[in-house]
Amino acid sequence: MSVEARERRQPWILLSPALTAITLLLFIPLLFIVVYSFWLRTAVGGVEVTFSTQNWQQALTDPFYRYILFATLRIAFVTTIFCAVLGYPAAYFIARARGNRTILLLLLMLPFWISYIIRTMSWINILGVSGALNTVMLSLGIVDEPVQMLYNEATVILGLVHFLLPFMVLNVYVSVEGIDRSLEDAACSLGATRFQAFREVTLPLSLPGLAAGGLLCFVLAAGTYITPLILGGPRDAMFANLVFEAIITQLNWPMGSALSLLLLLVLGAVVAVYNHFMGMSQLSRGLA
Amino acid sequence: MDTTRRYERLRERYLNGGLERRQFLGLIGAAGLASGLHTPFARLARAQDVTQVRFDGWGGVVSEAFRQHAFDPYTEATGITVVDGTFGGADEYLANVRASQPGAFNIAHLSGVFDYARWHNLELTTELNEDNIPNMEFLIPKLVNVFREITDGTLSAVPYNYGTTGLAYNRAHISDEEMREKGARILIDDAYAGKIGGWGEWRTRIWMAALATDQDPNDIQDMEAVWDAIRQHRDLALKYWGSGAELMSLLAEEEIYVTEGWSGRIYALQEQGHDIGYYDPPNGFGWQECLFVIKGSPMEACEELLNFMLAPETSIAVAEGQNYPPALDPQKVDLGEKIPTLPAFDPSGTLDGLTFAQPAYWNGNEQEWSETFSRVQRGF
Repeated sequence: MSVEARERRQPWILLSPALTAITLLLFIPLLFIVVYSFWLRTAVGGVEVTFSTQNWQQALTDPFYRYILFATLRIAFVTTIFCAVLGYPAAYFIARARGNRTILLLLLMLPFWISYIIRTMSWINILGVSGALNTVMLSLGIVDEPVQMLYNEATVILGLVHFLLPFMVLNVYVSVEGIDRSLEDAACSLGATRFQAFREVTLPLSLPGLAAGGLLCFVLAAGTYITPLILGGPRDAMFANLVFEAIITQLNWPMGSALSLLLLLVLGAVVAVYNHFMGMSQLSRGLA
Repeated sequence: MDTTRRYERLRERYLNGGLERRQFLGLIGAAGLASGLHTPFARLARAQDVTQVRFDGWGGVVSEAFRQHAFDPYTEATGITVVDGTFGGADEYLANVRASQPGAFNIAHLSGVFDYARWHNLELTTELNEDNIPNMEFLIPKLVNVFREITDGTLSAVPYNYGTTGLAYNRAHISDEEMREKGARILIDDAYAGKIGGWGEWRTRIWMAALATDQDPNDIQDMEAVWDAIRQHRDLALKYWGSGAELMSLLAEEEIYVTEGWSGRIYALQEQGHDIGYYDPPNGFGWQECLFVIKGSPMEACEELLNFMLAPETSIAVAEGQNYPPALDPQKVDLGEKIPTLPAFDPSGTLDGLTFAQPAYWNGNEQEWSETFSRVQRGF
């Protein structure tokens, strides 16, 4: 075998464990889901092996699914905006901090050491009728009786922001940290104020990081089902909750497959739009 | 068909001229070879296989009671470990079982006869050898017979306990008199808007809505009225709870004042000192729980565990721990002091005062109602 041929093969040999894992754990299960989505549920909850587009027709035309899908995208969008507004200053502060940056980054990573479910449930102890916030407000005489703060869309968004904020901060941090500080100094030396220098130089240069963080937050928020389950009221559901119900409660695996693929396609389209304008390189840098 | 009978039939076919001598001897030789190879290795494999049995239940105080009073003593007596897992709901568990290999899950603490029927329809039932479970003699016959009717006289489960889903209310805000007067209608009472809870499960929601609209839950005539009542409840409710722990937390923290609740969980709250009342309205939701042996399980080990769990001393200890009356017949077994004080307990052992869900009726409507509930819940 020639040296060129060996060199051509080498990347594939090195990639083969990862490709095998992706094929076995992602593509083949996905293929199963695609096949299932064209089957039908039997009366007793089994699967009728037949080719039918009924599930897809229902998923695409039923206003109920459309309504929940739009509600999911809206909640994910609002969550992403909050993450950006709260995350950007924090990331900027960490990137520009002198000396103690490692400790700040460590603090940022700290929530990942605690289970997402536990972190979500912690809001019940904070916002509940007998939670910390109500206890403080009652003892200070700010309110006469406990305020009902839990189990609505706002608390769902709060829980999602709590969960996703570190993803945004990390991405923006990587982006801001990579900007040459002398560019801001140069802008200031040319007469710009600090704010103008930030607005005209730093912010545009950090936008790829902001977009990457936004994409991550949006996709993860749109795919969640635990947060609305714990912090939402009776009506608050996201699309993943419908997938859960179709598969677990209704034993309708074919419909659940069609719904999960629909969500995958919608989120895939969002990623494709991002890739068209920003490219995926910033995303991998933020995750690294 | 056992092996001896199979050989006899072969011999009969040979003697009747249905088989050639060469074929007959070939088959006998092959059977002998298979038996010789199979027996020693199979015995070894069997001996190695059953070192553990998996049990899945509802978690919380129920699992703790099982662990303390049944599993640990069983392991001590037999050397077989009981691995216990928990599930939040029977639906979720059924999906897990269907997605797994036969034998991965062995015994489940399932609720409702309709679940038993559903599992049977999905071909997940087994056939218990009742001779291996002599403690079944202590069970309330009615609880056993409903299972037999579904599986043509055989059993894939033994009943273990029963209880009710009644109305639980905070007595600081709702009096006993008001509760008795309003019954299930209190769940759609505007006066408690934002302080009402409910289990986010379609069967219970429909059952409670049927009661609130004065209908027989096992023969609902006006389904639109039921859906309207569910919509009303949805708009007034603060939260649909999803587990016993969440139910107890919502009531104990006074996030909600009234909800339907599981009798044993409410009794546990009362034991903890919370002033929570419990009321079973007429036609309240009665249910029984069973220990269901799932297809593909090591039957003898499972039957041994079932027999151990049905021993009156074990069964009573578990019942006292989980606060649900055991399936033991009070006419045959002395149930001690605590059990007669539990909600839903029937001293006669006939259970005539409880209304159970008719499996055929509820399973027949399952697909339509569960899908509609999903929509109604979200504002449709």
